[in-house]
Amino acid sequence: MSDWVAIFIAALMVVSAIFAVEWRDLLAAVVGMAAVSLFASIAFFFLQAPDVAMVEAAIGAALSAAVFIFAINRTERYESEEEGPGWWVKW
Amino acid sequence: MVKRIFAIVFILIIGFWMAKALDQVPFGQDRMLVGKYYLEHVKEETGAVNAVTAVVVNYRGFDTLGEVTVLFIASTGVAALLWRKKRKRTAKTEGSVVLTTGARLLLPFIMLFGVYIFIHGHLSPGGGFPGGATIATAFLFLYLAFTVYEVDHKIFEPLEGLAGVGYVTVGLIGLAIGGYFLFDWIWQTWGIGKENIGRLLSAGFIPIIYTLIGIKVGTELTGIVDNMIKEPEEGGQ
Amino acid sequence: MNPYYFASIALILIGLYAILAKRNVLKMLVGLSIMETGVNLLLISVGYVSGRSAPILSEGITPDRAVDPIPQALVLTAIVIGVATTAMALSVVINLYEKYKTLNVEEIRRLRG
Repeated sequence: MSDWVAIFIAALMVVSAIFAVEWRDLLAAVVGMAAVSLFASIAFFFLQAPDVAMVEAAIGAALSAAVFIFAINRTERYESEEEGPGWWVKW
Repeated sequence: MVKRIFAIVFILIIGFWMAKALDQVPFGQDRMLVGKYYLEHVKEETGAVNAVTAVVVNYRGFDTLGEVTVLFIASTGVAALLWRKKRKRTAKTEGSVVLTTGARLLLPFIMLFGVYIFIHGHLSPGGGFPGGATIATAFLFLYLAFTVYEVDHKIFEPLEGLAGVGYVTVGLIGLAIGGYFLFDWIWQTWGIGKENIGRLLSAGFIPIIYTLIGIKVGTELTGIVDNMIKEPEEGGQ
Repeated sequence: MNPYYFASIALILIGLYAILAKRNVLKMLVGLSIMETGVNLLLISVGYVSGRSAPILSEGITPDRAVDPIPQALVLTAIVIGVATTAMALSVVINLYEKYKTLNVEEIRRLRG
């Protein structure tokens, strides 16, 4: 039973990280990064580490994403066009 | 395109060697050597019930002092890099009614929860760092809800400096009484609280140091948010 | 192969790909932050002992039924330092944008000055 939960959380984490790196809209990439932190916090709870889960949830999921969004506000929002289409996402 | 293919090949080679190295470390085996000593002697040497907190503050307290220094350097660096002559907030849309009412109602409860986390650091999971981060999240909430809110710098910066000075002072008093820096003089020389292990008034100087760390981390992260959200005024920098 | 080991190696490799093959500076910083999360996950999953519980010694948990507390103390420090260095890197990026008006690494390398 607990093996299925571990496989599920690990799969969600890897899929969310791939989306965070590939999306062209930088706000969506920051949301993907916050999702990776959130699933890592759940994984820390299943590895019997409650202190680390609290620190990762408070700092990684909330404050790191907020600081990124303030930096995006003062620069650009969309990534520039690279040569050729992005390899399977184009929005 | 060539750069991408080269990057993917390089990454697959690194991944193969990392997986081969992690095959020698089987998952879930008992490999504790120093950890076993810490777990067996943590109740009579430090008085804390939370073993991770006792390792962070008492057994490896000097590393925590180094981490507090790195946070201070990062906060000062952000303030120095983003310094302009005139800065002000440039948000134009006021938050909705739900956001402003919720911010006014929830603010004292969030701060109370943050103070609860760092005072009970030696009894339940948590400690100074998530407590300070929760207090900084409360101030971030106020920044997002109101467009004219600003934090008063004349109160926050001396508070941050005093908390850092307090941490070094606690260590120096330990050097004067016991013989080495960050000696736990409350638990081992005076013996306050040796009869209620598992309650609030125990564990030596762990609540004192975690209160100082919680105040310091909370004001530093609020200072970072405040420096990044203000923009320079038009017409000269 | 264990799911936690696989997820942490995959996160490190995805972050490294973002640093090597992307051109926008903010996307490289997203990759760096994902790499740090992967390293912390690897450190804690090495210290796990199966069948045991959290290292808080309240009544009922004797010292031979608790997980290793030392990697958790290391990772607690590493997460906070990670967010501090990310904030400092982002303020360098803001200054870079104000001077060169672009976030593309190859054009910044060409302008240089």
